[in-house]
Amino acid sequence: MSVIILLLIASISVASLFLLAFLWSVKNGQFRDDFSPAVRILFDDQPVRKNEPVLPEQAVSK
Amino acid sequence: MSKLSTSPTALQCYHCGEDCNNDTLLAYDKAFCCSGCKMVYEILDQNGMCDYYSISDNPGTSQRIQVREDKFSFLDDTKIATSLIQFKDEARTHVNFYLPQIHCSSCLWLLENLHRIEDAVISSKVDFERKEVDIIFDHRNISLRKVAELLTGIGYEPYLSFNDMGKQLPGIQSDKIYKLGVAGFCFANIMLMSFPEYFGIDAKEKDLLILFRYANLLLSLPVFFYSATEFYSSAWKSLKHRFLNIDAPIVLAVWVTFARSVYEVLSGTGGGYFDSMSGIVFFMLAGRVLQDTTFRQLSFERDYTSYFPIAVTKLVEQKQQSVALPDIQLNDTLLIHNEELIPSDGILTRGKALIDYSFVTGESVPVEKEMGEIVYAGGKQIGSNIEILVIKEVAQSYLTKLWNKDEAGINKDWEHSFVHLLSRYFTWIVFSIAFTGAVYWSVYDPSRIWNVVTAVLIVACPCALLLSNTFTNGNILRRLGRNHFYLRNAQVIEDIATADCIVFDKTGTLTTGRYNDIQYEGDNLSDRQKQQLGVLASQSTHPLSKAIVEWSGISHNQKVVGFRELPGYGIEGTIDGVLVLLGSKSFVTKEKSKIPGGQVVYIAFGEQVMGKFSFRNHYREEVPALLKFLGAKYQLAVLSGDNDGEKKFLENLLGPETTLLFNQDPSDKLNAIKRLQDSGKKVIMIGDGLNDAGALQQANVGIAISENNNHFTPASDAILPARELPRLYRYIQLCKANKRVVLAAFVISVLYNFAGIFFAVQGIMSPMIAAILMPCSSISILLITFGLSNYFSARLQIK
Repeated sequence: MSVIILLLIASISVASLFLLAFLWSVKNGQFRDDFSPAVRILFDDQPVRKNEPVLPEQAVSK
Repeated sequence: MSKLSTSPTALQCYHCGEDCNNDTLLAYDKAFCCSGCKMVYEILDQNGMCDYYSISDNPGTSQRIQVREDKFSFLDDTKIATSLIQFKDEARTHVNFYLPQIHCSSCLWLLENLHRIEDAVISSKVDFERKEVDIIFDHRNISLRKVAELLTGIGYEPYLSFNDMGKQLPGIQSDKIYKLGVAGFCFANIMLMSFPEYFGIDAKEKDLLILFRYANLLLSLPVFFYSATEFYSSAWKSLKHRFLNIDAPIVLAVWVTFARSVYEVLSGTGGGYFDSMSGIVFFMLAGRVLQDTTFRQLSFERDYTSYFPIAVTKLVEQKQQSVALPDIQLNDTLLIHNEELIPSDGILTRGKALIDYSFVTGESVPVEKEMGEIVYAGGKQIGSNIEILVIKEVAQSYLTKLWNKDEAGINKDWEHSFVHLLSRYFTWIVFSIAFTGAVYWSVYDPSRIWNVVTAVLIVACPCALLLSNTFTNGNILRRLGRNHFYLRNAQVIEDIATADCIVFDKTGTLTTGRYNDIQYEGDNLSDRQKQQLGVLASQSTHPLSKAIVEWSGISHNQKVVGFRELPGYGIEGTIDGVLVLLGSKSFVTKEKSKIPGGQVVYIAFGEQVMGKFSFRNHYREEVPALLKFLGAKYQLAVLSGDNDGEKKFLENLLGPETTLLFNQDPSDKLNAIKRLQDSGKKVIMIGDGLNDAGALQQANVGIAISENNNHFTPASDAILPARELPRLYRYIQLCKANKRVVLAAFVISVLYNFAGIFFAVQGIMSPMIAAILMPCSSISILLITFGLSNYFSARLQIK
């Protein structure tokens, strides 16, 4: 019986992980533009990262 | 301005792919149609970004119309800049630009590699569907204006309108999707844990059963308190308006189910119906989400502010300064450049105005204005710069006022849907069944009353009706969208189906905006003269010139010497030693003439006036067939801003009973629609320009015709590309089929309800039966609605 309770907890937590992943992906806008990601991945040279996004604190310290 | 034709063969521009007519520029072994395209190539070449051209062929857009150098100087104004910037800290500025030119993967690549051209750009990300780019740049090294000019330099001029001021990041409409996700999660887990409830469990494992029941109760809380709020708010809103919409009985059913289930679990008398409740909420939310599929690349809410520039140039003591639109005051002097929109009504004080009112009237031939005449907001100046003295503020202008009037007076009531009416009857029937059941059991076994009444309410909730409605609507919206007929929302389907009167605008709707029907009167022209006319006309971009080029059918290029274009008057040039003139009467005959240029073009060879062309709007192909089809079932009417020159022709086309109104200004059009509505008609208005905007809003359904999906259309309920107009009849039929599908699915669901009520009134409704009935009815309804709506579309030959 305790096994069932264990399984129950496991299954619910796995399902919750998927729920969170789903909510995150919606929030992240992954369903908003369904054209560009498919094309973007085919570009040979990804944008050269010569300018890493400058964080404000880094910018101040520079 | 003089031009010499250089190359005889038509080449394709390496940058934009357009034919390089007479003035091909050859450079770097490539051909360019204009110096603008060549410049873009040079910028990209210098930065080693010519991959742009290898991703798609000729990816650019034509740069023939040059952007004025200081066009973006208004971005140096802090107030205007702040209204556009979304986020700013010490080092970074986030800004979002709308770039209507985005159309292919090359655009995407180039715009996302902006930082390779300009170091100060930190990152850029394209939202392809919205044609927007989010740019983050280091404002210590580059100004907002420079960013806009950088984009313009590579051929992507940002479109900035008055509407953008104070625009926030578009609020993400993902509320419902979150709710759907949560409901789906809870529903699936509750189903899983209800299995012991369905199939029974060994008596020794009683504790386990209770554990499962409490787990179900816990899982149902997010559904009840979060996911279902979608329905609570809608039901509450309608109740406040003393109207019982379909959500009210559903909310009642959800509450009753939840209350009874909680009671059963806490009292230990049963497992409750958490699975049914969460399942219903999940399916209904799915239907809502599907129905709310919007076409994000389109906007149905545009008003005049989207058409107007964000700032204009004001002259103060002969100095130019940028001024934001709301800050324009009476008696300001504005400088309007070539291709700029006039933002407010004013008096022309300097320069020669040639104003293209096609935004406002759909009429493509520009109108001439002399000094001292009034020019109205919404017109676009063509040619040289002009100055106007503002006589009305932007908010008081003719066009703006028209718009504001509409918004105040019109309040479309969406709750007249037959689904809501049906649900009301249905609700009363359910109540009476519940009441009868209660009376019956109060005589025979009073302990069962509570049981029976709740079971009836649970089983008979009109969710099937809502399901069939939302899923059918969603499917039909998507079907129509696939055919490029975009509806604003699901209610429009029903409005189209119930309409009984269709009103067309003439110019731009029934006719193309172009002048393809040409008539020539005068002395006979030799083939050679025809050719010469065509060659001369091909030098100009005026719509009438284009029509003459087509008419002449020129096959080879000839040299034009001394080409001159006088905007608003005509063009001249010497071909084979003969001076050819094309233009208004006064221009060609050199006589003083009061007759406006309008739609007649005179021609002369040397001193000899040969004759004149007259132009007529070209009716779209298949329009007569469409009108005949529609005329059989609908009352038709045509509203035209033009004179009644084509009355005879339209009468022949539409029959004598049709209402034909000419010389209608925008408010006349609006009033004409109102009169039809007052006589009990439900009106579909089909129009294109801003001059139809009021009528489109007033009508029960306003359909905006667009020549091009990227173009702006006035606020409307639906957007239809011009080329799809002939198929309008089929689309209307599909909207009518929508109701039949919903009703058919509803009948099926009523059968399920009967089965459910059969158990419920006897008081033997077990969770097992509820668990079987609920998904069965939901899924079969989905299949029926999809099957039937697809069947109807196939029959109407709609993709």
